[in-house]
Amino acid sequence: MSQPLLEIRDATKIYRGGFLRPGQQLVALQNFNLTIPEKPATITAIAGESGSGKTTLANLILGSISLTSGQILYQGQDIATLSRRQKLEYARQVQAIFQDPYAVYNPFYRVKHIFDLVINNFKLAPSKQAARDLIEEALKMVGMRGEEVLEKYPHQLSGGQRQRMMVARAYLLKPRLIVADEPVSMVDASLRAMILDIMLRLRDQQNISFLYITHDLSTAYQVCDDIYVLYQGSIAEKGDTVSVIENPKHPYVQLLIESVPVPDPNQKWNTDVTLPSEEELRSQVDTGCRFYPRCPYHMDRCLVKQPPLYQIGSGDHQAACYLYDPAMPSAQAGLVENQAATDTK
Amino acid sequence: MTVTLNGTKMDHGPARTPKVLEVQGLRVHYATPLGDVIAVNEVNLNVYEGETLGLVGESGCGKSTLAMSILRLVQPPGRIVSGQVQIHGIDVIALSEAELRQVRWSQIALIPQGAMNSLNPVMRVRDQIAEAIETHQGRRPPQELKERILRLLAMVGLPNRVYTMYPHELSGGMKQRVCIAMAIALTPSLIIADEPTSALDVVVQRVVAQTLLDVKRTLGVSMILIGHDMGLMAQLVDRIAVMYAGNIVEVAPVKDIFAEPLHPYTQLLLASIPSVKQRKPLVVTEGLTHDLRRPPPGCIFQLRCPFVMDKCREVVPPLRELRPNHYAACHLY
Repeated sequence: MSQPLLEIRDATKIYRGGFLRPGQQLVALQNFNLTIPEKPATITAIAGESGSGKTTLANLILGSISLTSGQILYQGQDIATLSRRQKLEYARQVQAIFQDPYAVYNPFYRVKHIFDLVINNFKLAPSKQAARDLIEEALKMVGMRGEEVLEKYPHQLSGGQRQRMMVARAYLLKPRLIVADEPVSMVDASLRAMILDIMLRLRDQQNISFLYITHDLSTAYQVCDDIYVLYQGSIAEKGDTVSVIENPKHPYVQLLIESVPVPDPNQKWNTDVTLPSEEELRSQVDTGCRFYPRCPYHMDRCLVKQPPLYQIGSGDHQAACYLYDPAMPSAQAGLVENQAATDTK
Repeated sequence: MTVTLNGTKMDHGPARTPKVLEVQGLRVHYATPLGDVIAVNEVNLNVYEGETLGLVGESGCGKSTLAMSILRLVQPPGRIVSGQVQIHGIDVIALSEAELRQVRWSQIALIPQGAMNSLNPVMRVRDQIAEAIETHQGRRPPQELKERILRLLAMVGLPNRVYTMYPHELSGGMKQRVCIAMAIALTPSLIIADEPTSALDVVVQRVVAQTLLDVKRTLGVSMILIGHDMGLMAQLVDRIAVMYAGNIVEVAPVKDIFAEPLHPYTQLLLASIPSVKQRKPLVVTEGLTHDLRRPPPGCIFQLRCPFVMDKCREVVPPLRELRPNHYAACHLY
């Protein structure tokens, strides 16, 4: 195995201070590990509900906040120890696309401005004509033409066009990795498909990897190679997207998948979901499994220590749940697993 | 408690069930320097007693404008150009402001888009709900008011302690349920909910959706649910109206529309639903293509339609009943 493109080792981020009471801590990310291979390019999903630490993870990778402990290695080098020059290069190779395609533009400038900025910043083109060619090429990748959009103001473009422009801007820099934080949650279903399709093309034709941060499991299922499902800062389940979504093992992931509305009026939701109150949910469980208050299968040992990731099957599918502890009496484990499987049906 | 809708009637023949809302020939324009944008174009729509109608379409298709104009809440530069909106036979468009205030909230309640973020951050939940009640019904004895608010909170599945809490102490799902509690405070006969579960996580979305269904069942109110998530619509509504560029292109009971979508736009909407059951290739399409100020002559969907014919470029297809209770505006049939 060659060196991975991005490797996150034992990353922990704890927020303190600010509006939090003195001494109060908020663990946003805990002992998180992730690897994105150098080749081939992949789309990796980071899924979870709000407050699960997805955006913290994006900010950590983009370098806008720093880790409490652990390491983020880019091509083998810790991003906390990069030199100025290396930092600039890292900023070019790792790009970001954000959720809100309305908020990222300055309404006073023509949209061309976002391209001019990056071209000047990274000195990508020696002349105006070369710059224009670069922009046209990037726009072509997302199915747009310069003459149609560049001279317009942001308010003259639709949400889908704006989001495609953001992808084009990221692509312009020929990055190795694009961190896409909920890139399709604010566009319509038909345009959503278009943006996901662009992501697939960039992966296959341009060898650009994506970290696709989302709360929407169905789009992750459609396009992603690997998935990490976070619950309150820890990995609940990870692995190949198809096996995780089609055969979820962690009770939280089972609940998530069961809650995605089925687009079939003949197949109605038939169970009731209740949420425990907020204060029970948050940091009540200091040690042990954080899903304990909501888990239908909770056991005493879940409170003692946070479950490690247990191997599921033969692939890279892993779930952080004691139900899959090989040391558990096998008959009992099998029973619970069957029960869990029937519950998701 | 289940969220099954199988018990509710799917058949809403006009002869059988009384109408709560009747919209006829409604036209809403937005004035722009380059001419009027037609946001709602000659829309006819009925909502029958006890039914949930889903209004779907992409952003900018006019679904929120339609909802706002039912309550006459369209803000300038928007204006209602023509048409009738009747609630229990009262024409909302013709009412004076004072009369209209009586109808709003007590007859029709609106849960606007992003309602949960419009709660007043410096007011306790109890005071916000009390305000909604007292604005419309005058001062109430404190004890009665308190009991009523607690009953409302219980109805949306919130614990009693929410009564004294501030919005920032609540999660998104809880805030959204407070908004639902406010909407049903005066027992309206119609609730219009604009994207009530967008921006919520799937599990919370499901809890809020259940709350809406429970409220609907206990109070027997009619509901218009606006959204673009066809999956959620399949779970929640009885009938669906599909809107494209200001026009209603198809209306049918939810089961019929999923079993046999007639309009090409509806077919496209259904084909682009992402699923967790089946990994399928992406269906890629352009968004809204024409300038809303200058709609093309003929069918509104002609520029994106895979089945476009010469007739579509000339004649506007009327909304016709192609199957029992299943209306679509398309020349194919």
